[in-house]
Amino acid sequence: MATSTPSTARRPGRNRSVEATRSRTAIWLLLPTIIVLALVAGYPLLRTIYLSFTEYNINTDPAPKGIGFDNYAFRLDDGTLSGLLTDPQWWQAVWTTVKFTVSSVVLETLLGLGMALVINSKFRARGLLRTAILVPWAVPTVVSAQMWNWMYQDNFGIISQWGRSLGLLEAGQSFVANPNTALGALVAVDVWKTAPFMALLILAGLQSIPSDMYEAADVDGASKVRQFFRLTLPLLTPALLVALIFRTLDALRVFDMPYIVKGNAPETMTMSIYARQQMIDNAQFGYGSAVSVLIFLIIMIFTVIYVTSLRVRFD
Amino acid sequence: MKKATILAGLTFALVSGVAHAQGVTLTFACDSVGSGYDQCKKGADAWAKKTGNTVRVLQVPKETGDRLALYQQQLGAKSKDVDVYMIDVVWPGLIGQNLADLSKSIPKAELDQHFPAIVKNNTINGKLVGVPWFTDAGVLYYRTDLLQKYGYKSAPKTWAELQTMAQKIQEGERKSNPRFVGFVFQGKNYEGLTCDALEWVNSFGGGEIVDSSGKVTINNPKTVAALKQIQSFVGTISPQAVTTYAEEDARNVFQGGNAAFMRNWPYAYAAGQAEGSPIKGKIGVAALPAGPGGKPAATLGGWQLAANAYSAHPKEAADLIRYLTGKEEQKRRAIDASYNPTIASLYKDQDVLKAVPFFGSLYDVFTNAVARPATVTKSKYNQVSNAFATGVYNVLTKKSTPEAAASSIQSQITRIKGRGF
Repeated sequence: MATSTPSTARRPGRNRSVEATRSRTAIWLLLPTIIVLALVAGYPLLRTIYLSFTEYNINTDPAPKGIGFDNYAFRLDDGTLSGLLTDPQWWQAVWTTVKFTVSSVVLETLLGLGMALVINSKFRARGLLRTAILVPWAVPTVVSAQMWNWMYQDNFGIISQWGRSLGLLEAGQSFVANPNTALGALVAVDVWKTAPFMALLILAGLQSIPSDMYEAADVDGASKVRQFFRLTLPLLTPALLVALIFRTLDALRVFDMPYIVKGNAPETMTMSIYARQQMIDNAQFGYGSAVSVLIFLIIMIFTVIYVTSLRVRFD
Repeated sequence: MKKATILAGLTFALVSGVAHAQGVTLTFACDSVGSGYDQCKKGADAWAKKTGNTVRVLQVPKETGDRLALYQQQLGAKSKDVDVYMIDVVWPGLIGQNLADLSKSIPKAELDQHFPAIVKNNTINGKLVGVPWFTDAGVLYYRTDLLQKYGYKSAPKTWAELQTMAQKIQEGERKSNPRFVGFVFQGKNYEGLTCDALEWVNSFGGGEIVDSSGKVTINNPKTVAALKQIQSFVGTISPQAVTTYAEEDARNVFQGGNAAFMRNWPYAYAAGQAEGSPIKGKIGVAALPAGPGGKPAATLGGWQLAANAYSAHPKEAADLIRYLTGKEEQKRRAIDASYNPTIASLYKDQDVLKAVPFFGSLYDVFTNAVARPATVTKSKYNQVSNAFATGVYNVLTKKSTPEAAASSIQSQITRIKGRGF
């Protein structure tokens, strides 16, 4: 009896020490990741937030000069408000980006879903098709954007030639030059490039659905359409949502393709192009950082909406 | 062991060989428009051969704004990767702080050969930050064969004349060539549009955006008249897609034989006259047209050579600049590639005039070119230029009326000015 007391007392103690050891090990294992994240994500983020409260022209100012919230908004001598939050160009860029994001993500998801369903079914040369479908995604964006830029060119571009023979365009017109169709033309490029990526993510989701469920549905006499809406779609939802979040966040900070095709043109200026213009063209690192902080906040809002309203579980 | 010894010996031989044969290696951020890169390389190689050094000529972005964006990041970070930069005429005020003072490296007698206005433009607070290399002014290119075919004896003197001529030629040529357009220029939203639009505004008598005292003057009836006229070009004599054109896009259309008129810089002449060009021998060059009651205006462009203040080889960099900006090399570049010399006496040189006849006939255009308001707006020039170009762009795409654009540009530049430039 005398021996049992210490043993029962020791057991939880040992458990605790095992747990403690384990969590200590876990910390050591996580530490490199945390340090790397702090260096490559945390530091730039904090530095950007800090710079957004300063005036800093890299050509003329030797060091950033603190100015509080003036980059965001300040009152001019005559009492009118000025600053980023009152800049109509910025709000136009936000609106353009949102339009771009919504239209491209919706189209990519629908097309990607279609493509995934096709390449998920069994047929000859399936492997070849799966590889071929990924080619647009594999081409570097700079290259494909320039390629499309030439295809859209009014004088020698093939798309303009088609447009002319279909009677949609007159000589000297092109879809990217017309300010009313430019954004749509850019969405088309983005869909061409990214729908395969969506297809790949959705395909992974499709393959995780066990095939015996379809066999059971067949036995029960459910039609293929019914199977899709009652079986495939609900089971695919988690994969679809992750893909949607990926693409939405990506599309919100789109820069390369629109910039290559349209440069600083106001009708296709996205938030990131606006940030670049302020920061790089105009050398205003303080103001440009304020723009970056707002982009960060806007993307964060989108993420929070997604995660809460759709109850996405990451585990 | 034996292998290692041989390897070590080879490495040593290689390293010492390189060190023995070569001087220093300079990095040169030069040009990329037209035959720019090849011409830079030719000149730099000649200097390298003469001095036993090596020059690495970089591939740089085509558009001046993209170049500035890249260089001001490098210089802002005090990078010494590039020793010699080719800088635009509007940059000394923007990046001059990070450029070396060349006044000690170029003998005064040599410097005095250049146009004094350009030297003055490159002198910031008594510091010579760049040596003039070639100057630029917007000119009007036209097809001599087409003007003759449609019964015109000379290039248009006013914008209205240009419109009539371009319209008639376009209508005639469209019958056999559906891609033919009357007039191309730089209508994309970038620094090039600032240059083109300043010419329109100024040739109507609408001033220079910001006057020399720093007063914003752009919102006036003459600016509005100029913008109205040009807006009426887009979609009629100019392709609607001119709003996506930079220099090279315009040149591609013109040189492909698909345009009657083009506004561009002098480099396009040599390119159009090169072997294999479809319009070789059919190119005329004239001063740009004027508005009613105004006189022709050409925006002053041009490029200087500057040394990075943080360069590891300041002496060699200055020597390369002195060689390239010298009379002999400027003459070669004028003859080979129609770059406007910055040395006045070369405009009387018979070899130069034989290769590029319009250097003589348009001498006044080059010496009276209108400067962009870079000196007065100092470090805010790029913001001012962006606001101006964007406003004009909205007129070209018909998203904005000329009246609204002029007043919006005025208020934006006033806001940028704040308490002063």
